[in-house]
Amino acid sequence: MTASVELRGVSMDFDKYRAVDNVSVKIEPGEFFSFLGPSGCGKTTILRMVSGFIEPTQGQVLIGGQDMRGIGPNKRPTAMIFQNLALFPLMTVWENIAFGLEVRGADKAARRAKAEQLLDLVELQGVAERLPAQLSGGQRQRVAIARALAVEPKLMLLDEPLSALDLKLRQHMRAELRAIQKRTNVTFIYITHDQGEALAMSDRVAVMSRGQIQQVDVPQKIYNTPTNGFVASFVGENNKFSGTLTSVSKAEGKFKTDVGSFSVTLGEGVSRESKCRLYVRPEHVEFTLKPKTGFNSVPITVEDVSFEGNFAVVHMRDKAARRLLAEVRNDPARPPPAVGSATNIVFAPDKALVLLDSEATAYAEKE
Amino acid sequence: MNELLRRYGKPLTGLAVFLTAFWLLFLVILPYFDMFASSFRPYLPAVDVGGPKDVYSLNNYLTIFENADWHFFGFTFPMTIHLWVFILTILFSCLTTIVSLLMCYPLAYFMAKVISPKGLATFLLLLVVPLWVSELLRAFAWFIVLAFKGPLSLTLQNLGVIAEPIRWTWGLWGYSGVLIGLTYAYILFMLFPLYNAMTSLDTNQIEAAEDLGAKWWQTHWRVIIPHSKPGIASGSVTVFMLAVGSILVPTLLNSPSSSWFTEVIYNRMFDQNDWNGGAAYAFLLLLVCIFFVTGMMRYFRVGLADIAK
Amino acid sequence: MTKKTSHILLWVYAVGFIVYLLAPLAVMAGAAFNNDKFPSVMPWKGFTWRWFDELYHDVYIWQYSQNTLWVALTVVALAVPIGTAGAILVNSLKGRSRSLLYAAMISPILTPGAVIGISTLIFWSKFSVPAGLHLSILGQTSFIAAYVMLMVLARLQSFDAGLEEAALDLGASHWQTLRRVLLPHLYPAIGAGALLAFFQSVENFNITKFTRGASNTLTVYIGSKARSGASPSINALATILIGVTIVGAIGYEVWRRRKAARLALLD
Ligand SMILES: Nc1ncnc2c1ncn2[C@@H]1O[C@H](COP(=O)(O)OP(=O)(O)O)[C@@H](O)[C@H]1O
Ligand SMILES: [Mg+2]
Repeated sequence: MTASVELRGVSMDFDKYRAVDNVSVKIEPGEFFSFLGPSGCGKTTILRMVSGFIEPTQGQVLIGGQDMRGIGPNKRPTAMIFQNLALFPLMTVWENIAFGLEVRGADKAARRAKAEQLLDLVELQGVAERLPAQLSGGQRQRVAIARALAVEPKLMLLDEPLSALDLKLRQHMRAELRAIQKRTNVTFIYITHDQGEALAMSDRVAVMSRGQIQQVDVPQKIYNTPTNGFVASFVGENNKFSGTLTSVSKAEGKFKTDVGSFSVTLGEGVSRESKCRLYVRPEHVEFTLKPKTGFNSVPITVEDVSFEGNFAVVHMRDKAARRLLAEVRNDPARPPPAVGSATNIVFAPDKALVLLDSEATAYAEKE
Repeated sequence: MNELLRRYGKPLTGLAVFLTAFWLLFLVILPYFDMFASSFRPYLPAVDVGGPKDVYSLNNYLTIFENADWHFFGFTFPMTIHLWVFILTILFSCLTTIVSLLMCYPLAYFMAKVISPKGLATFLLLLVVPLWVSELLRAFAWFIVLAFKGPLSLTLQNLGVIAEPIRWTWGLWGYSGVLIGLTYAYILFMLFPLYNAMTSLDTNQIEAAEDLGAKWWQTHWRVIIPHSKPGIASGSVTVFMLAVGSILVPTLLNSPSSSWFTEVIYNRMFDQNDWNGGAAYAFLLLLVCIFFVTGMMRYFRVGLADIAK
Repeated sequence: MTKKTSHILLWVYAVGFIVYLLAPLAVMAGAAFNNDKFPSVMPWKGFTWRWFDELYHDVYIWQYSQNTLWVALTVVALAVPIGTAGAILVNSLKGRSRSLLYAAMISPILTPGAVIGISTLIFWSKFSVPAGLHLSILGQTSFIAAYVMLMVLARLQSFDAGLEEAALDLGASHWQTLRRVLLPHLYPAIGAGALLAFFQSVENFNITKFTRGASNTLTVYIGSKARSGASPSINALATILIGVTIVGAIGYEVWRRRKAARLALLD
């Protein structure tokens, strides 16, 4: 039991404010699909349009190929896990889980049996008679999942379901959610502002900003080949250089900045005239005393080194006082440069991405 | 409204709207308008309604300036009795409000900031009986206490406060009986809003004021009273409104020469059988209440929701 | 004035206040046992139970008690659904329309009972509805529904609307959502509202007095004849009511303390 979801040119206006702007995306049956974006970018609004609590001002929502306009939330094959879980406080755990069956007229024995079965599925035993208030955060989380699964939805909608949990539990629940999704093969639409979550769990990710989708792709592509500056800065860390393209040939070019001219790779839609910037990931930066042929090089001064265990983060500044970051894998034979030392960083042209400066980039920087 | 439709669907939303509309239209708004309109027309037998005599005028209101006989200790004076009763009713209702406020303020402070939570539970338990006893019985209790040569007179005589027993419900003393009865009947409607407002005041604020060298009356005047404004407004509105509209307490405790405006209205309605005249006077009473409520809201800068608490 | 003396003064005042509140009720209860045909405690003419006996045999009291009960139950049946619906409606609105509706809803609480009574009487007479207890019911409902509305509205403020969405999302119908999710949350307020509505109706004098026509409720009957023809059987009735209140209050307090103790054990 699984269904595809398609948004066709969907927009949502609250009074004059456009919370979702012309979003089109197709989600395959059985897919774990995430919407990733900063808080307030319209993720919840998209989910509420899919579940039917609000109708889009423009465009269509299709579930399993069927247009959902005019169909209420209680008639759609969806189940939502709310940001605050929304467990019914006056019902016991098993009554919560069996609520969807109760309203469909199932008898008590069947409801109880199904609730027990789902409690097993989410690995939660011996709490059936308790009230939600008597559970821990992680237990409540599982009850919410079980309650949603009880109605055998074709589509699960999850609105930042892990945000209330502490770090350790969050890591654990990630794996568990992913496992449940694979086991049930229900289409999951997952919403989060946590890039780690989105990248780790999803088959595909849609990165959003200000109501618009910036990029839809598999996690590796999102990280390695972002389509614009917003995605590059929102997902993972990046070193940013402003400047201008001085020459362009096919997918390569020369980018002139205040600390030198670099050989770069051009991102999607970049041409000589476009407003763009250069992005280099910290893990693609190496330290050398002498320039390396075929590599771009920038002289820097090391300001601080923070040791994280399997890697170290080096904070530094170039001659234009720009803050830069480098990540070096832990290797006792090759320690990171000392604090205060002057040295060079180098990076390969295929790791130097010039990306379009979208409107969203400016917005993300203000944040 | 759209929100409501989405949550509860058409039938249930329709039911909620229907119930509310029935209430507000047929039990509140239309009756008020009808009373207002009727108050400008003479009260006529059914055959004359809509006839040439059925014209709009201020006559029903102007009777308040008419002279009527006022009986006082066996003498009869002509005077604008309705107007006097109207004014005295308002004055004594204000007095009731002020007396209640003065009596409740220290107690509310005591309940909110002095007594321990456990003591408060016991204290509130002692208030349960006075709170649940109906207005009728509260008034009736004072009818017995205020009897001529009754418990109150005797107590005061024994204390040496008065020399002769007082006929509390006789002559102009009647207003004192009414004042005592009204205060007793409605005082808890002042106490609880005041207490609620004071409990929401952070005790640290009082201590901060004292710490900064404020004298006890300065602390009250500058910190506690301003914070209690919503409670004062709410309590005052309730007590005034109940007092000015009371019928029971005056009926039981006043004298023929100290009547209450509600009694005048009742007599006009049912003794003189002039419903529209009663409507006019009822509208005057309503106006007084509206003035009082809006005045309180302005003066204490509180909203309707604070008053209705 | 030191803090200590001011606290002592306040304690004295508080005790005095309690005496002030309770003493008149005690006097009234005492008069129920005085063997004098007027309700009084002075002069004391000896102890008697006869007023209780007289009360028991008073046909009017029984008849008007029945009227009172019917009126009160009907008012509860009308005011509770109306007040609840009104609260849900006003809670779903925002801005100006909300304040306007709210003002209209609470206006009956801020209106003297006489005014409500007269307006009800005159309005329904236009439709040839004669005076009677049915009009008392309508008049009382107009302000008692407002009390219910306020209590339910206060409770609604602590309701998480997300729960309704969760129920709908799980496939519940609108009616099921109301019955299983919203109403259970509101029951305490609705119950308290019903109780308040009942007692407000029973003790209502002003509206009923103007609208009752030739019928009577207990409160109006006693209130109207208390001064002229009161017999101490009224005191007997009052004594019984006060006794019931005391028993009820103590019972409730015991229940509350037990519950608090049980909750403390759970933690
Ligand atoms: N019911 C609403 N009325 C008005 N504005 C809303 C409403 N719901 C959401 N918004 C606005 O739409 C924007 C997107 O909200 P939301 O979808 O909740 O963001 P996210 O879930 O990505 O944090 C926010 O700026 C929010 O203020
Ligand atoms: Mg959100």
